[in-house]
Amino acid sequence: MVKFSDDKLKEVQSMIDRYPEGKQKSALIPLLHLAQEEFGGWLKPDTMDYVASLLTIDPIEAYEVATFYSMFNLKPVGKHVFEVCHTGPCMLNGSDNILDYIKSTLGIEVGQTTSDGMFTLKTVECLGACGYAPMMQMGMNYREHLTKERVDAIIDECRNEK
Amino acid sequence: MSEEVKTVKVTIDNITIDVPQGTSILNAARMIGGDVTPPAMCYYSKLKGSGGKCRTCLVEVSKGSEADPRPMPKLVASCRTGVMDGMEVKNITSPRVTDARNGVVEFLLLNHPLDCPVCDQAGECHLQDLGYMHGKEATRYEFKRRTFDKHELGPYIQLHMTRCILCYRCVYVADQLTDSRVHGVLSRGDHSEIATYIEKSLDNNFIGNVIDVCPVGALTDKTFRFKNRVWFTKPQNAHRDCSCCSGKVTIWQRGEEVLRVTARKDQWGEVEEWICNECRFEKKSASDWVIEGPTHVSRHSVISQGHYENMKKPKEIFSAVHDGRSPKLLMDIHSVSEVNDPSVDLSKINGSASSDTFKLSRKKQ
Amino acid sequence: MAKKLLLEKAHIEGIRHFDVYRKEGGYAAVETALKMDPAAIVEEVKKSGLRGRGGAGFATGLKWSFLAKPEGVPRYLVCNADESEPGTFKDRYLMEFLPHLLIEGLIISSFALGSNRTYIYIRGEYAWIVGILEQAIAEAKLHGFLGKNILGSGFDCEIYVQRGAGAYICGEETALIESLEGKRGNPRIKPPFPAIKGLWDCPTVVNNVETLAAVVPIINMGGEEYAKIGVGRSTGTKLLSACGNINKPGVYEIDMTISVEEFIYSDEYCGGIPNGKKLKACIPGGSSVPILPANLLLKTAKGETRYMNYESLSDGGFATGSMMGSGGFIVLDEDQCIVKHTYTLARFYRHESCGQCSPCREGTGWMEKILQKIDTGKGTIADIDLLWDIQRKIEGNTICPLGDAAAWPVAAAIRHFRDEFEWHVNNPTKCLTQNYGLAKYADALGLSA
Ligand SMILES: Cc1cc2nc3c(=O)[nH]c(=O)nc-3n(C[C@H](O)[C@H](O)[C@H](O)COP(=O)(O)O)c2cc1C
Ligand code: SF4
Ligand code: SF4
Ligand code: FES
Ligand code: FES
Repeated sequence: MVKFSDDKLKEVQSMIDRYPEGKQKSALIPLLHLAQEEFGGWLKPDTMDYVASLLTIDPIEAYEVATFYSMFNLKPVGKHVFEVCHTGPCMLNGSDNILDYIKSTLGIEVGQTTSDGMFTLKTVECLGACGYAPMMQMGMNYREHLTKERVDAIIDECRNEK
Repeated sequence: MSEEVKTVKVTIDNITIDVPQGTSILNAARMIGGDVTPPAMCYYSKLKGSGGKCRTCLVEVSKGSEADPRPMPKLVASCRTGVMDGMEVKNITSPRVTDARNGVVEFLLLNHPLDCPVCDQAGECHLQDLGYMHGKEATRYEFKRRTFDKHELGPYIQLHMTRCILCYRCVYVADQLTDSRVHGVLSRGDHSEIATYIEKSLDNNFIGNVIDVCPVGALTDKTFRFKNRVWFTKPQNAHRDCSCCSGKVTIWQRGEEVLRVTARKDQWGEVEEWICNECRFEKKSASDWVIEGPTHVSRHSVISQGHYENMKKPKEIFSAVHDGRSPKLLMDIHSVSEVNDPSVDLSKINGSASSDTFKLSRKKQ
Repeated sequence: MAKKLLLEKAHIEGIRHFDVYRKEGGYAAVETALKMDPAAIVEEVKKSGLRGRGGAGFATGLKWSFLAKPEGVPRYLVCNADESEPGTFKDRYLMEFLPHLLIEGLIISSFALGSNRTYIYIRGEYAWIVGILEQAIAEAKLHGFLGKNILGSGFDCEIYVQRGAGAYICGEETALIESLEGKRGNPRIKPPFPAIKGLWDCPTVVNNVETLAAVVPIINMGGEEYAKIGVGRSTGTKLLSACGNINKPGVYEIDMTISVEEFIYSDEYCGGIPNGKKLKACIPGGSSVPILPANLLLKTAKGETRYMNYESLSDGGFATGSMMGSGGFIVLDEDQCIVKHTYTLARFYRHESCGQCSPCREGTGWMEKILQKIDTGKGTIADIDLLWDIQRKIEGNTICPLGDAAAWPVAAAIRHFRDEFEWHVNNPTKCLTQNYGLAKYADALGLSA
């Protein structure tokens, strides 16, 4: 069974307090974000059931939402997730080459995770960084103006992080 | 101040009618009846919030109202657009509507498996009717059709997701008729699907009504014995004393056996009164029911091509409002699905029909 | 140098913090506004001629005046910071560098509309900006600009930041409201419009980040003065985010009197095209608006100079013009392939369709598949015609404008670059390794050699 710590439960309550009485369902997306961060980087059915119970909604309402939004992972992912943008403007600035380079460096295809569980590679659509292309998202942050050298440096940085 | 509801005048395909204020264009058209009624695949008058999604009911508003006669620039969903006094609407008299509707039908059939020969809904399928009336001769889609992982919904209800047109009716049924909803629409865009996410069975009382509201064969009755083609079963109005619903149903019989039980439907194919799971799934013997007499099957269903007596045909007004032109049959779904070939007189066949029946008949021609 | 009303102070050290922002004259507009009658603020905004900066360009003052005000029912202001239209990253810049400008605009607008709870709905990927905004909100509250009885005016207001979770469609205002209610981002069927029935069925106004920030200079200088900047119905300044094949991608504030040519080639803005390449085409207002070949971009079909404003960019309608849209300016040089680019956009729209209505759900995927087929040299001439027919059947027939947004880029690409599509069909191998190059008509002007 998953359960938030007392501190996190306080945070949950403050999220719910942002909405008028009885509108606690509005906290669903913020809570799913929090749960994904807390419970292993992805949303297990148990996790979603737990979130639904905190908001007193039917579990299906949480599933419907979690499967709609692209930031929620419904399967386990690696420790670091590279989400490379490949929409028009990034494509104009060579996102295809960066994607190929990451694939060959990590030895995985889009949608896969390295066997050591370190890296997952995904493609995403425009992240609002078109002027700083090519780019990818990594956790809470953007990595912009990507070159092969920068990709190498980022991979090293991840590997050296304990 | 009077409590009376004001009536307004609306003209649809040159036919004028007075309707209460607040009526939708679709319902006004239904009051006129016949061909001027736009097809509706997602709207369901008894389900709040339904409609607007499938876009088959699009019509042209050529005059907004007496007060503001400007035409509406876009076609509108007649099921979700209210009439205004003096409004003029074109449905079958608008080439724009015909064109858009052909498009919508093509979109709806794009990923549809066209597996009518093995589909329980064949004969009662609104998509089949629609394709027959408004579609194209053949699909222009050459890519692999979408498939989904198989999903079980428990002992009563069978889901064939590839047939679903995402009308959301079954979701509204669960929301509005049952205590808690366990199925819903998951994922997004062209991956959207009706599912429960983790395997759960749909067994809430009244959930069986999803079968009746589903316009296609995506949700069917698992307890429908022998999977008979519906046009070989005889529908009878029947009732029983039921503690949780009206107990008024249609039973589909062959001989003494009750092959399945459904709610009674009106001429638009809509359920008249919701029925409970017990009546629908558990009462499969003629002795469970007091039989009232044969059901009048509406023309809405292709079953009516069969052998039902007492059919009252609404007056056909197509050519009257369409400059004398007769309707153009654009898609022959029979040629695609190999079922319900109009040249085959179904009532003359013994036993179950299969696609072979139709293939044979085609060879003979 | 063009006048800057929004980004003037963006580069001042520490401007993200209340103290510096305040010292630079920040929050003066709140002090002015809270002494005004709310209706008078709406009037000022009307006079300013401000048009929504989220894409549709609808008059903001007019929109505000539609807000229903039934007794005893709360009203809400929601700031649309979903910014997901490819090519657009201006709101992000504003929020990252000038969070207090947005908060100031929000306080004034909330007061004008009577919203005591105001939400900023920000796209989920802008995760780090949530912290920036929340800090600005906390600072403003600490100094009495938010919370109970602001500046003794009797007006209470809280601002909350709500993070989305990856869905372009949640930029559409009714999908945004659904999402804010904790649901899937399915756009609502209108009517009713949000001004009557919006968030939790209460009257609601949804406005773009830049629109709401622009309320600050409008209050500071007065609506009439604001309206003097710009030209015609394009008043004030506009933020543009420029990207693609240009020397200086980034966010620029323009007053809407400069020409498209100046915007692309002047060193003050995009700084021309790298490596001496020629301009091939441009999408001037975010991925949804029609792409234009170089000749029609710089001059209208009548041969007049095209300017960076609402009217001039749409001159010629869809036949020969485009739109200001969200201000996402995407430049393609001579080495770019229109088919490939259009394919990535089609893929984007398929990915982002909510799936509620059949033309968009089915049609976007179909278009993507055909474009991919043509891009990889497997297409036929009939495919090009089919593509045209599909986009035509999506446009105007859907619940929300995403259907149109998906159809327009495909339509414009075929309209202006059909040659290039046919070249792909006729050169199935060559098109895999080589690009079509400059469109014939793009060359004629002899610009930018
Ligand atoms: C598919 C779609 C996406 C949209 N995305 C955004 C967006 O990211 N940001 C935005 O401000 N408006 C967006 N809009 C426009 C909004 O619906 C709405 O018109 C706008 O927020 C109104 O604000 P404004 O009047 O200040 O421009 C989008 C519209 C559609 C149809
Ligand atoms: S399963 Fe049937 S009722 Fe449910 S959404 Fe699909 S088509 Fe509609
Ligand atoms: S047009 Fe597309 S995004 Fe908009 S409601 Fe329809 S399916 Fe959803
Ligand atoms: S296209 Fe990649 S961030 Fe916009
Ligand atoms: S019936 Fe009107 S849109 Fe489906």
